[in-house]
Amino acid sequence: MMDTVLTIDRLKKHFVTRQGTVKAVDGISFSVQESEVFGLVGESGSGKSTVAYTVVGMYRPTEGKIIYRGKNIGQESRKRPKELRKDIQIVFQDPGTSLNPRRTIRQILELPLKVHSLSKDDKKPLERVEELLEMVQLPPSYMYKYPTMIGGGERQMVGIARALATDPSFVILDEPTSALDVSVQAKIIDMLIQFQKKFKLAYLFITHDLSLMRNVASRIAIMYLGKICEVALASEFFENPLHPYTQMLLSSIHVISDEEEALIPKKVVSRGEIPSPVNVPPGCSFHLRCPKKMDICSEKDPVMGEVSKGHGVRCHLYDGEAG
Amino acid sequence: MPTPLLEIKDLHVWFSVFKGFLKVLDGVDFVVWPGEKVGLVGEMGCGKTTMMKAIMRILLMPPATIRKGEIFFKGRDILKMGQGQLQEIRRRKISMIFQDPTAALNPVFKIGTQLRDVISCTRERGKSMTKGDIRRRAIQVLKEVSLPDPERILENYPIQLSGGMRQRICISTALVSTNELLIADEPGTSLDVTIKDQILRLIGEVVEKRGTSVILISHSLGAVRNMTDRVYVMYAGSMVEAAKTKSLFANPRHPYSQGLIAATPKLTGGGVGKGVPGRIPEYIDPPTGCRFHPRCEHAMPICRDKKPPFFEVNENHQVACFLFRDNQSHR
Repeated sequence: MMDTVLTIDRLKKHFVTRQGTVKAVDGISFSVQESEVFGLVGESGSGKSTVAYTVVGMYRPTEGKIIYRGKNIGQESRKRPKELRKDIQIVFQDPGTSLNPRRTIRQILELPLKVHSLSKDDKKPLERVEELLEMVQLPPSYMYKYPTMIGGGERQMVGIARALATDPSFVILDEPTSALDVSVQAKIIDMLIQFQKKFKLAYLFITHDLSLMRNVASRIAIMYLGKICEVALASEFFENPLHPYTQMLLSSIHVISDEEEALIPKKVVSRGEIPSPVNVPPGCSFHLRCPKKMDICSEKDPVMGEVSKGHGVRCHLYDGEAG
Repeated sequence: MPTPLLEIKDLHVWFSVFKGFLKVLDGVDFVVWPGEKVGLVGEMGCGKTTMMKAIMRILLMPPATIRKGEIFFKGRDILKMGQGQLQEIRRRKISMIFQDPTAALNPVFKIGTQLRDVISCTRERGKSMTKGDIRRRAIQVLKEVSLPDPERILENYPIQLSGGMRQRICISTALVSTNELLIADEPGTSLDVTIKDQILRLIGEVVEKRGTSVILISHSLGAVRNMTDRVYVMYAGSMVEAAKTKSLFANPRHPYSQGLIAATPKLTGGGVGKGVPGRIPEYIDPPTGCRFHPRCEHAMPICRDKKPPFFEVNENHQVACFLFRDNQSHR
């Protein structure tokens, strides 16, 4: 049995705005095991990034628990012990805005080393920066460049190097490749998987790209309007998608070979748009777009039930089957 | 042999910058036949949008200069046209859907005002339209792109609509005049997967109904595979492969196309390839010969010296790579 790194238990994060309360994350639970890649998929506005920011401590949860290696860490980052902040790192979506344009790459990579006093004992910070750059296959001369002088893919490499500078054991990847081209994406994903194996890292991998998810994650959860609607092992997920939303997502993918075509549910045609999270429909939040809508769906919010081992789905269609 | 709807021959577009010239388009050849759906695939910064802007003559000149080349639309060279003829083409023949619908709509005017402008501008020459006619036409085009409650949408500002709805508005403005060529520049890229799928299907349906030719520009190989008859693959300002869609995806010939297809994550799993090593060259001083040779694992001495022309692998498949110079069928 693998150890659990992170358990999220009925986590809620609400934002109060003038238009009303935005329930960005509304009671989600999942856990990430040791050296596992856990994938979180959803459309924009589904609350994926809010989950990431809450776990890393940029937001304080409204309700619920975040348990990291047995400790509840449901507080803001500045109140967390330094040791913990060192252990959980994040790579942001847009490498163009997550690196300070007025600092050199060297300054960017040295900062985490200074903050966590990692360089005093054995190595000079400069050597460590060189080592980090080498790790992400960038030449040491890049140290003196500014982020605007290098390409998007290379910037993201620096972002990854910065996250790995403190030797974390859990890394949150918030759409690390969605701003990049496919050929660059492939290179970065390949590198991330190598690091994951080499340093025994656990990843919380957030993306909207299901085909990419199929290739990196071992377990996948689908989010819709702040709630998880289906969670399963990656292979199971694509062979036997149960939730109508998952089926709709899969049928929306444009694939590039006939073998992939066979995996796509044919009958579910995507329609409608994701509603505003201020004004979530009553009952199941997906019922307005759902092709298999029943009367109960607009009245009662379904609960997550386990259909087979490790495969949970939150839908009234499977009420009978779930034990 | 029918005349092609659009034919680009040896187009060179340079941009003048402080350091010299960015040699972006380097001898592009491109053909669209009447009623054909053509895909154009390539990575960021390979010159896809520059090429489309050259067709519409909306490139900002300077800094851009067209060094060489011809663009024929139904046999007439667009680059030699005067403003009047150009306006006629933009009004009724070619229209374009841009990547970002938020930037394509003016935020300070109501949708109704913006549609009215397009409709009155693209009406048939000499034919007058009353306010009521224009309004009816606007409602009709909005219905055509499956927007609910068109009367209300006419009174809305772009900010009051979602991204998907805005893109539908943009499609409707492109469809107002019965046009012969529709250029869709990454129409779904800024949208969510389910919405992207809806928009692409919508474009497909409308185009099918009217028999319009389409150029679909995308960096998503999947979208191109599902929507088009023929595909061009572009790399650093020149075409590297042109083939029937089926033929390209079943059997990509150019090393760059192969790399692109291998780098795309598959639903069947099996991991993501290592990608294509290196990156797109600087346009200020691009590699000589084949622009792909510094990244190519099959590079030969000739690749450095000479730019490969299109070699015909079979009648459905052309590739600009010296690996195929002996495969040329003799006809």
